[in-house]
Amino acid sequence: MDDTILEMRRITKTFPGVTALADVSLAVRRGEIHAICGENGAGKSTLMKVLSGVHPTGSYDGEIVLDGTPVHFRGIRDSESQGVVIIHQELALVPHLSIAENIFLGNERRGPGGLIDWNRANAEAADLLASVGLHENPVTPVIQLGVGKQQLVEIAKALSKKVRLLILDEPTAALNDIDSAHLLDLLRRLRDRGITCILISHKLNEVTAIADATTVIRDGRTVETLSLASGEVTQERIIRGMVGRDLDSFYPDRVSKPGEEVLRIENWSVRHPTQDRLVVDDVSLDVRAGEVVGIAGLMGAGRTELAMSVFGRSYGRDVRGRLFVRGREVRANTVAEAIEHGIAYVTEDRKRFGLNLIDDVRRNVSAAALGRLARLGWVNGNEEIRVAEQSRRDMNIKTTSVMAVVGKLSGGNQQKVVLSKWLFTNPDVLILDEPTRGIDVGAKFEIYTIVNRLVAEGKAVILISSELPELLGMCDRIYTLAAGRITGQVPVAEATQENLMDLMTKDKERVG
Amino acid sequence: MTSVKTSSPPSPPPTGKSPGVALHAGTSDLRALIMNNLRQSGIYVALVVIVGLFAVLTDGVSLSPGNITNIVLQYSYILVLAIGMVIIIIGGHIDLSVGSVVALTGAVSAVLVIREGFPWWVGILAALAVGVAVGAWHGFWVAYAGIPAFIVTLAGMLLFRGLTLRVLDNISLSPFPADYQQVAAGFLNGLLGGDGFDAFTLLIGAVAVAGYAVSGFRTRVARVRYQQPVESFPLFVARVVLVGAVIMYFAWQLAHARGLPIVLIILAVLVLVYGLLTRRTVFGRQVYAIGGNLSAAMLSGVKVRTVNFWMFVNMGFLAAVAGVIYSSRSNGAQPAAGNMFELDAIAAAFIGGAAVTGGVGTVVGAMVGGLIMAVMSNGMQLMGVDQSIQSVVKGLVLLVAVAFDVYNKRRAGSSR
Repeated sequence: MDDTILEMRRITKTFPGVTALADVSLAVRRGEIHAICGENGAGKSTLMKVLSGVHPTGSYDGEIVLDGTPVHFRGIRDSESQGVVIIHQELALVPHLSIAENIFLGNERRGPGGLIDWNRANAEAADLLASVGLHENPVTPVIQLGVGKQQLVEIAKALSKKVRLLILDEPTAALNDIDSAHLLDLLRRLRDRGITCILISHKLNEVTAIADATTVIRDGRTVETLSLASGEVTQERIIRGMVGRDLDSFYPDRVSKPGEEVLRIENWSVRHPTQDRLVVDDVSLDVRAGEVVGIAGLMGAGRTELAMSVFGRSYGRDVRGRLFVRGREVRANTVAEAIEHGIAYVTEDRKRFGLNLIDDVRRNVSAAALGRLARLGWVNGNEEIRVAEQSRRDMNIKTTSVMAVVGKLSGGNQQKVVLSKWLFTNPDVLILDEPTRGIDVGAKFEIYTIVNRLVAEGKAVILISSELPELLGMCDRIYTLAAGRITGQVPVAEATQENLMDLMTKDKERVG
Repeated sequence: MTSVKTSSPPSPPPTGKSPGVALHAGTSDLRALIMNNLRQSGIYVALVVIVGLFAVLTDGVSLSPGNITNIVLQYSYILVLAIGMVIIIIGGHIDLSVGSVVALTGAVSAVLVIREGFPWWVGILAALAVGVAVGAWHGFWVAYAGIPAFIVTLAGMLLFRGLTLRVLDNISLSPFPADYQQVAAGFLNGLLGGDGFDAFTLLIGAVAVAGYAVSGFRTRVARVRYQQPVESFPLFVARVVLVGAVIMYFAWQLAHARGLPIVLIILAVLVLVYGLLTRRTVFGRQVYAIGGNLSAAMLSGVKVRTVNFWMFVNMGFLAAVAGVIYSSRSNGAQPAAGNMFELDAIAAAFIGGAAVTGGVGTVVGAMVGGLIMAVMSNGMQLMGVDQSIQSVVKGLVLLVAVAFDVYNKRRAGSSR
């Protein structure tokens, strides 16, 4: 009975400066659906990248045993030839190619003379589509399908590779309820056909509904493996494993004395830019001067989308809702208008959205408020240097000179440059999106100290974070967001990681 | 352009340091200064090497007063185009149409002045207006319709070449009245007399050197006051003396030929204005921001569309300036005028250190890049090198310059 198809033993994977996985072990039995649960950044995706050869053999320590034999994958092709196929959260289909072309991409069905035998390819594709329950013509371009159907094409593609072990990374994150139900149903059928699945999911209701076992990972370590077959393990039990760590005590103290309301949004809804679904659904929230308000939510809950749509409609389409600054309703349809109304948004992805990496510290600091340094369109270069130097001192940016190129600074110092840039716009409310992502502990503490200083000066802060301890340590109030909706608002005194996680994993029915 | 809530102005600069400090502060580490600026210093070195090389190969003919004057006259319009082009490239775009626009603006001017008999300045104004209109056309499609500049300007290249043929009825027009020819062939000469040389040219050269020294010193004083690193004072003096010597030598040679060319004055003014525009204005800085990271620029409140639009309007304007100069120099308008000019301008910008991905480049760099091309072409012509070989050499130089740039970037990236 104890027929193990996959064993990963003592996997350790480090990136420069960070240990992503430490001694993680995982055992998956043949023919089961095995869920992997953990918070954002716990190491789930890294573990699957190790398994599928994205991180090749030699770049990690530990051993992978597949069907009793140790394997050393040097890349995706190696693992796929052994029947291990991963389907990533962002689908890897070529939009303008047909379903059949996508299914056999890199694995083309050849006829005599090495030319592609399209009749055979399309016929085989049709069979594969039937087996995943997708009723589409194989010559249909993938771009014409919805996300749910594209997901099925990915699975058909995996089946074409004689898959033994199918890994799905957040397969339902972008799907609506009906498509999700379809997909879960398909996974059950595949299991009955003998295909083993590893499922990474934040949706614990799905996990308890279909998985046979789950391994919980936290901070790059295996916490426990629970058997779900008996149906006795509850979502709450899994959550306890996911968050069960002590609140770090390094959050600097702050006296909380919230003042007047600075920003309020009412009935805020945002549609996905290309798909027909609401990413933010009827959200209302407010923040006061001298207050830090947290937004907790899992990946895909719509946190960043909410923030960016408020910030000059930088995300989504069909943005509806009302925005109030200091009690007065305002329009902020462009970023320039949002900045004018005293809103600043510090992005979660500083390299892509926050900085001009090839330019120097000085010009990055002034980039969002160049007008303050200019008269009649002429920039006062000396003032600019002075402002940059002042930021460097205030924020303790470690750089040889303010003329140094930002791309060469460490993550923490880059983050301080982004913060400096937004503080120079003199905002009333700062939306900080994952402000401590990817920076070391020392720099985190400095960022927290800066946030507290700003709040003491009377600024309002909205803090978006995947790290619950950070929210609990920094905020006065925390909103929880799930599937684009506010599922709760908890004063920090009453908040625990468990009750927040419970609110964050609420699905629509439970919200009511 | 970016407006911000009114707020208290930034506090005054740190005081207590007199300009005298500027004489003593700074580093003499020449190696570090050069390595930190390898991209920029590299092209200056290349220019010096190429000038020296051809001076030897042509037995000094390439540095003769007559030939230096010739280079200025012959390549001025490419340099004018390169100014606009480098700005477009910094912004992350490209403009393939400028050769056609040179032809069209020259043709419009020729039709008005030669065929219709309007005064010379009407022709010039009309040409500039057409250039601006063409730029606005491109700007509209790139900025507001969101069509890639490569496509828009490729279409423009065909479109405006066709319109040129239409305007000229497929024939060349010639000659312009003497006034119009002054633009490209005129000299400021003998204003202050001089024995066998033009004193006025030398005076202008001296003024340029003085201006360079004074502005350099003022920047230096400011840098020191704001506690920024500067080169050591002897090094600063050495740099000013060196640049001054080059300018004076150049002026001396011009003064012994035909004096100060009017095109050179136009070019110098443009370089000065656009050098400041790119470095010191909100507009210029936003061009760099857009080219460096479009998403970050958008999220910083930069009005990307507006900036893109004006970038192309400006390119159209400068193409018209080049069109006027070219038509004046060739003393007429031809249907095939300006063919392939866009490629010379693009090459100048890239040799001058602009990055293919945008966000990097300088007007001065593009000028040096253009001069490298000019000196090479001119030198090879003097030597009687075959046209085919000239083309091969120019192509290789462009390739090597960009390869050096890519190598340099990779080196910088790996040291992170």
